[in-house]
Amino acid sequence: MTTTTERVSTRTPAVPARSRRKPNWNLVLRIVLLMIAAVLTLGPVMWTLSTSLRSPSESFKLPPSFFPWNPDFTSYAQVFQQLDIVLLVLNSALVTGLIAVGQMVTAAMAGYAFANLKFRGRGALFSIVLATMMVPVQVTIVPVFMLIRGMGLSDTLLALILPAIPTAFGTFLMRQYFMGLPTDLAEAASIDGASPWRTFRSVYAPLAIPGMAIVGILAFNFHWNEFFRPLIMTISEQNFTLPLGLVSLQGNLGTGSISVVLAGVVLSMIPALVVFIFGQRALQDGLTAGSGK
Amino acid sequence: MSTTTPRRERPKQAAKPAPPGGAPAASQTASGRHSQRWLAWIFLAPTILGMGLFTLVPIAASVVLAFFRWDIISAPTFVGFDNFAEVVQDPTVRVSFLNTIVFVIVAVAFQLGLALALAVMVQEKMPSWLRTFFRSAFFFPLILSAASVSIFMRYLFNEQFGVVNWFLSLAGIPAVPWLTTPGGSAAVVILVYVWQNFGFSFLLFIGGLASIPVETYEAAALDGATGWRKHVYVTLPLLSPTTLLASVMAIISALQVFDQPYVLTRGGPGDSTRTAVMVIFESAFQRLEFGEASAIGVILTLIIMAITAAQFRLSKRFVFYQ
Repeated sequence: MTTTTERVSTRTPAVPARSRRKPNWNLVLRIVLLMIAAVLTLGPVMWTLSTSLRSPSESFKLPPSFFPWNPDFTSYAQVFQQLDIVLLVLNSALVTGLIAVGQMVTAAMAGYAFANLKFRGRGALFSIVLATMMVPVQVTIVPVFMLIRGMGLSDTLLALILPAIPTAFGTFLMRQYFMGLPTDLAEAASIDGASPWRTFRSVYAPLAIPGMAIVGILAFNFHWNEFFRPLIMTISEQNFTLPLGLVSLQGNLGTGSISVVLAGVVLSMIPALVVFIFGQRALQDGLTAGSGK
Repeated sequence: MSTTTPRRERPKQAAKPAPPGGAPAASQTASGRHSQRWLAWIFLAPTILGMGLFTLVPIAASVVLAFFRWDIISAPTFVGFDNFAEVVQDPTVRVSFLNTIVFVIVAVAFQLGLALALAVMVQEKMPSWLRTFFRSAFFFPLILSAASVSIFMRYLFNEQFGVVNWFLSLAGIPAVPWLTTPGGSAAVVILVYVWQNFGFSFLLFIGGLASIPVETYEAAALDGATGWRKHVYVTLPLLSPTTLLASVMAIISALQVFDQPYVLTRGGPGDSTRTAVMVIFESAFQRLEFGEASAIGVILTLIIMAITAAQFRLSKRFVFYQ
């Protein structure tokens, strides 16, 4: 490299000298390209936010708006009239919340059993759990629909909640998590005469909370946004979740009042945004946890 | 895995003979083992029963149902391979599978290429606040619902008042009929899908790049590999395990695409953006042909399994593990 020869000839360190003389074109080019990608990624979301804050009659006017300079909240008032958005939010929150809590508890229990308890068939059972991850929801949806119907739960929120609670990925995450905790904790507890249940309750359960949080955040993000299962499992509008309600609103309104539909979209994004701001790290770690290191 | 072994050894030395029944003399550890087993089954019960009920039984039922004709109202009748024969001959189903395959190839290639290029650019020397900003920006679409994204993208790609065509008109390009022509709709479905999902592959590549030791690059630099040659000869081979993982995950999820085409185009115009999962949905829940829907589902699952197996076989040849 040229820098090495420079370093020999001049006594000053080569790198700062070079950067003083001319800008790092490689870095500038990369930042420009990455900026273009970032604008294309965030631009549509900015447009959505900004257009939802235009008045309905102006919403489709060009040039488009990307910054809400003069926010107008008519569309937000209207979306509450057009759509029972309170009910949709309650349904979505109830479904998502119960799935998240259910997954956190069951995955922590199963993950602990696979990581720390000894029983016959542990390896085989864990392989079966992992294998179920490969089967797409769409393939099992018809029998699940029949089953739910047979249980007398069709067109209820429970039809969305119950089948989503057992989680292979969550179990896998929690097993990894428990295996990462030091083992001498369990040894100390058992020497003190604690039963396996007490060891779990007083030693491991409190330590499991960060891992359970990742499972909960992943479940929340996935099921808050879910569309396919609610589309099939719910029939009456009183059981719709947010994404379903918004898609039907777009169908009903056509292209007449874009900003009203977009106001609904923005409202539905708020919880995801909160998760993004406070739990981004956990979400990224959880999503890529399957990649192994 | 290896972390469990030291733990497993501990009770062995204390309670060597203890048979499952447990001699009373075998003391604490034998009963401890016994209660461990009990606790394990209690802890596993919700997950195992739930998965049995909502995943394993449905898989079996799906396979069985594929050999029956059933509309939920009348009793199911056994029809052998008729469903498969019908499905294979049905022009809509054939077009949908073809669409899905084309979609997977184009979308996955686009997604992986874009994600890899961006990841390499982000991981090289750069102020850390900028790196954090780019990572968050590219990750952001993943937290949105595919349905909501498709709702606003449908407006953005509108032929008359859409923002995309407005920008194109600034460059003198006449309005593109995005959602009303077969080629246009296919392009929109791919663009919207990749827009939302490239961030996931990007994260995987970032992780893979971070695990390549710096010394490898230093050694390559001494041998004269700089700039893009460094990436061709060092980054790509060392990144191949990540690339394999990213492509398997991207292909499996692209094969199941539903939300975007359903909201953006409802599969149209004609059948031009109808996908395999849309056909499952329509034959089951709109035409009440549950047997046929199951047959399509079985075919889709077999394709997914075959692709996964093929990729792992290929990986033995081409993937370079350190």
